[in-house]
Amino acid sequence: MLEVRQVVKRFAGRVALGPLDLVAETGKNTVLIGPSGCGKSTLLRLLNGLLLPDAGSVSFAGDPVSPATALGVRRRMGYVIQDGGLFPHLTARGNAALLAGYLGWTRTRIDERTAELAALVRLPEDLLGRYPAQLSGGQRQRVSLMRALMLDPEVLLLDEPLGALDPIVRSELQEDLRGVFRSLGKTVVLVTHDIGEAWFFGDVLVLLRDGTIAQKGTLDDLMDRPADPFVTRFLNAQRSPVR
Amino acid sequence: MRRALFALLLVAGCGARPEVIVGSKKFTESVLLGNMAEQLVAAAGLEALHQQELGGTRILWDALLAGEIDLYPEYTGTLREEILAGERIAGGDDALRAALASRGLRMTGPLGFSNTYAVGMREERAKRLGIRSLSDLARHPELVLGFSHEFLDRADCWPAVKSRYRMQHRSVRGLDHEVAYSALESGDIHATDLYSTDPKIQQLRLRVLEDDLHNFPPYRAVFVHRADLAPAAAAALARLQGVIDDREMIALNARADLDKVDECEVAAGFLARDLRLAARPCAEAGLARRIWDRTVEHLFLVAVSLLAALIVALPLGVLSAKRPHVGKVVLGVVGVLQTIPSLALLVLFIPLMGIGALPAMAAMFLYSLLPIVRNTATGLGDIAPGLRESAEALGLPPGARLRLVELPMASRAILAGIKTSAVLNVGTATIGALIGAGGYGQPILTGIRQGDHALILEGALPAAALALVLEALFGLVERLVVPRGLRLEPSE
Repeated sequence: MLEVRQVVKRFAGRVALGPLDLVAETGKNTVLIGPSGCGKSTLLRLLNGLLLPDAGSVSFAGDPVSPATALGVRRRMGYVIQDGGLFPHLTARGNAALLAGYLGWTRTRIDERTAELAALVRLPEDLLGRYPAQLSGGQRQRVSLMRALMLDPEVLLLDEPLGALDPIVRSELQEDLRGVFRSLGKTVVLVTHDIGEAWFFGDVLVLLRDGTIAQKGTLDDLMDRPADPFVTRFLNAQRSPVR
Repeated sequence: MRRALFALLLVAGCGARPEVIVGSKKFTESVLLGNMAEQLVAAAGLEALHQQELGGTRILWDALLAGEIDLYPEYTGTLREEILAGERIAGGDDALRAALASRGLRMTGPLGFSNTYAVGMREERAKRLGIRSLSDLARHPELVLGFSHEFLDRADCWPAVKSRYRMQHRSVRGLDHEVAYSALESGDIHATDLYSTDPKIQQLRLRVLEDDLHNFPPYRAVFVHRADLAPAAAAALARLQGVIDDREMIALNARADLDKVDECEVAAGFLARDLRLAARPCAEAGLARRIWDRTVEHLFLVAVSLLAALIVALPLGVLSAKRPHVGKVVLGVVGVLQTIPSLALLVLFIPLMGIGALPAMAAMFLYSLLPIVRNTATGLGDIAPGLRESAEALGLPPGARLRLVELPMASRAILAGIKTSAVLNVGTATIGALIGAGGYGQPILTGIRQGDHALILEGALPAAALALVLEALFGLVERLVVPRGLRLEPSE
């Protein structure tokens, strides 16, 4: 579904990512994990063309991701960031329906889809009329997910979607999020620095280090057959018991 | 109102203009003579308009050359030594007439009186120091001199006096002529320039210092007019030749300045008595009517200039936010515009746009740009990168992102910029009166000239009120324009 080939990204002349190859398989959850500054968010932004590679290529469903194709590609990929990225001047409903409205969907179609998604992400419908400033962090993330899912995209990209939430809200939302992923069967690429969260969501874990892939595999692969001492060190650094 | 309508017609490009437009400078004597000219021309059966208090010599002269006005009262000394100083006209009035004729202008014969420049001090101080003449003044370099800007700059005035009398005063200040009297009374300055027909000389007990080395040329009053002025109007003006002597002029000035009689009445009274002109009632509008008319003129200036600024500044602000390199240049240029003194800007515009509302609005337009451009640029620039990226990641094209996300989010900053411009404009518009654009500046200008505080307040108070009303109005607009979500406090 998503394929990255020999991609290199530089910032101010310094290589931040790559050269790197990665395939995100259709219907699977791929989790990008690693210490901060390892390039995981950069890699995610390359997937929907928010960043363009300095070398190599990114392709989506066989077509290259480029400035010319970016608009179309993005409409087939939902994108959720840490604090939700909701537009403060629009209500929850307005945020979710912004693109659909621009594309000329009828009112009825938008309302139906919004109700459907609110049920899916377990957001009470009476909150749809509220502005982001009137919603809690968890509620904002649910709205952000609705916005990402509005056009029923094939891919979901999530950049630390739960990073700003307190532990209780976070674990509740983790459950709901996994439920959504499972019921929809979408191709998901999720960025986190939390190994527990990676294990919770990930079919495939991709551990990044200094812009390259240190190891790719299941958590068992990483724990039992670490590619190098860094992998073990990274896993052990997180104290929470994961199994 | 009439002026505003006239300005509207000018803007619309219709040539509907009174047959004869008389101009006058912003001091009482000139306004009186302008009134006389207007009334005489009207009595000759021509449609006449008096654009009074248009500012200084340069504005009147440029307006005359451009055909914005047909005639105005001037002094031979000013024509010779200031306006046409570059030509070093030798010879008598014939030489001056020839120089005017080459510009398509003519002048009437002398009206009788001469209004020479002079330097004056308070009588008691002059007496104490034993100062009778300019030569005496030169022996007291410790005195503080305060001169009008025109006197300081004119080649035949301060520069000439300074070199002829070898003045070595350490403190020479430039200030407005009207302010100079108060400064003289308070002792902040010790000597100032005067007009020899100035009624304040007697009122304030000033001593006019003798020009013992004969620096100042004669300043005989005349009317200069365009050669294409209707013959009937030229004949009407000629009736004033030789009929106003020095004493008469001082008396007329005193009646207007000291007794606070409306200039139109003073002029009409003189014409009725000395030229047997049928007295025409001077339409003196009531206070409410006057304020209403000024308000309409003022609002017209503010609204048109602000609207034009919006149309230009909003796109410039967006451009500045999107292309920071271009933005630096744009903000630099509109910032520099802000530093040009308004009067300088007006004088620059007169050759291009004439006098009236148009150049005033053009100047206000330029001053309005900076707050709107800057607030639009910073408002857009301050949007959090995550939000900008979220809009991009949705798959909205740039135009839609600007319209649906970025501009609404920056709306509060943009509106604040527009509000700043609007309120500043209310203040700037008062200078429009200097070039015949009307508005609240008109009573302020007249009030300063006549030392009439009530008249100054008649312009200043409504201007302040208008600024407050605009503030309140923008508060309402903000409720309509700025999305509710941006006005909420976060719940957490």
